[in-house]
Amino acid sequence: MDILTDLLAWFADPAQWTGGTGIPARTGEHVYYSLLGLSLSAAVAVPLGLVTGHTGVGGFLTTSLANFARALPTIGVLFLIVLAAGIGLVPVLCALVALAVPPILVNTHEGVRGVEPRLRDAAFGMGMRGHQVLLRLELPVAVPLILIGMRTAAVQVVATATIAAYVGVGGLGRYIVDGQARQDLTMMLGGSTLVVLLAVLTTLLFAGLRRLLAAPGPRTGAEAAR
Amino acid sequence: MIAEAWDWAARVTEWGVANWSHPGESDRGVLPRLTEHMRLAYLSILIGLVLALPLGLACARWRPLYPPVLTGVNVLYSVPSIALFFLMLPYTGFSDWTAVVPLALYTLVVLLPNVVDGLRQVPDHVRQAAVAMGFGPLRRLVYVETPVAVPVIIAGLRVASVATISMVSVASLVGLGGLGQLILSDGFRRQFDAPIVVGIVLTVLLAFVTDAVLVLAQRLLTPWTRGDGGGAARPRRRRRAAVPTGADAASASAGTVGPEAADAARARYPVRTGRGPGYTAEEGRSWTS
Repeated sequence: MDILTDLLAWFADPAQWTGGTGIPARTGEHVYYSLLGLSLSAAVAVPLGLVTGHTGVGGFLTTSLANFARALPTIGVLFLIVLAAGIGLVPVLCALVALAVPPILVNTHEGVRGVEPRLRDAAFGMGMRGHQVLLRLELPVAVPLILIGMRTAAVQVVATATIAAYVGVGGLGRYIVDGQARQDLTMMLGGSTLVVLLAVLTTLLFAGLRRLLAAPGPRTGAEAAR
Repeated sequence: MIAEAWDWAARVTEWGVANWSHPGESDRGVLPRLTEHMRLAYLSILIGLVLALPLGLACARWRPLYPPVLTGVNVLYSVPSIALFFLMLPYTGFSDWTAVVPLALYTLVVLLPNVVDGLRQVPDHVRQAAVAMGFGPLRRLVYVETPVAVPVIIAGLRVASVATISMVSVASLVGLGGLGQLILSDGFRRQFDAPIVVGIVLTVLLAFVTDAVLVLAQRLLTPWTRGDGGGAARPRRRRRAAVPTGADAASASAGTVGPEAADAARARYPVRTGRGPGYTAEEGRSWTS
């Protein structure tokens, strides 16, 4: 109970809510890194997954890459890249992209591969060309699965952006790292709570995006398949 | 360039071998970190499985229970491990539980759906045949439903174990051991790449070896799936819709109640999910967790 009161006091302290080290500023930094990392990853992974899924080229490579990436320890990748490239935002972004690309890529690939062959045949039969089939049929059908991949990647990016504070950038992880350095448990717990909130918000955001972007047919279909 | 890379790899390997273990100092070196890592990971997976089995059973039996439980587990999974480790600190301190409790809960996100799907995938006519043969609910569970579910549960265990083994590394940030400590303390804090690389390589190797052991365990536990090219190892969805009802009543009542009957049904009516032959919708492969 003591911890809880301390935590509430920490959040209630007006000094936490202003300035460059305040909660709004730190949250802003965290969201900025995460958004940057996630959009870079999506920009790489979604087109690549669409092409490999549509043509069927590189399917084995994608799956192997995914299995390998799942086994990679996050902090090892981050620290190794930072050690090789120096401290700063760019190495951190490299690590975030390296971790976020595989889930998006695999889910896009599998989503496009998973389109019913009958539907694909029908689309070709209607006279659509390859790229039209990809953009008008396969992409919309794959959207729910792509969004699940992006959600996994986003949660992972939010988590890893926390660890990024260990290599000298800002974000909510600063509270955890600085709290550890000062032996300030309340500060560490406050930072952790904020990260948890941000991660849950991210998940909710993707649930909303799924409602907004996915066509009703594939959406219910994917729900039934889960 | 290649020569440099070779030199670098040789240097890293050399460091790993030289620091594998220090006689007399049982807490230094690579080996103690590796055993710590294995202890934390395997304990978490085991506890996760022990939790998932009764929970999955309950969810398969009382269906309205399943959606809220699954949502809860999913929300829990979206909490980053580093935050959860720190939030555990005031309660569990620097004991193994700080890492094990969150990691065990994380495994549920994969294990629970697989247990439920595995139990649910017994075709209705097989279940009915078992009832007709006088099997009570408990015997049906032990002799019919559980054997059919084993491949699906192990498929879930494979995904969960790989994820858990890689996540144990994060526990080092809280001050716990494992290969992450090698990466953080010996590598990053000293600006030295060899321990980081050794830590990454050993984590990945451990994950792959564990995966291989689980594949082997599955083959030993479910000998009847061997004839089918390992295809039965994957959870198959939408099978019930694809198997014509009652079509296999003959094989089911011919005395081979149980997984054999289910497999016979599977072999005769392969499920088309729009990919090549033998490919089925496998949740573990696409990234749904």
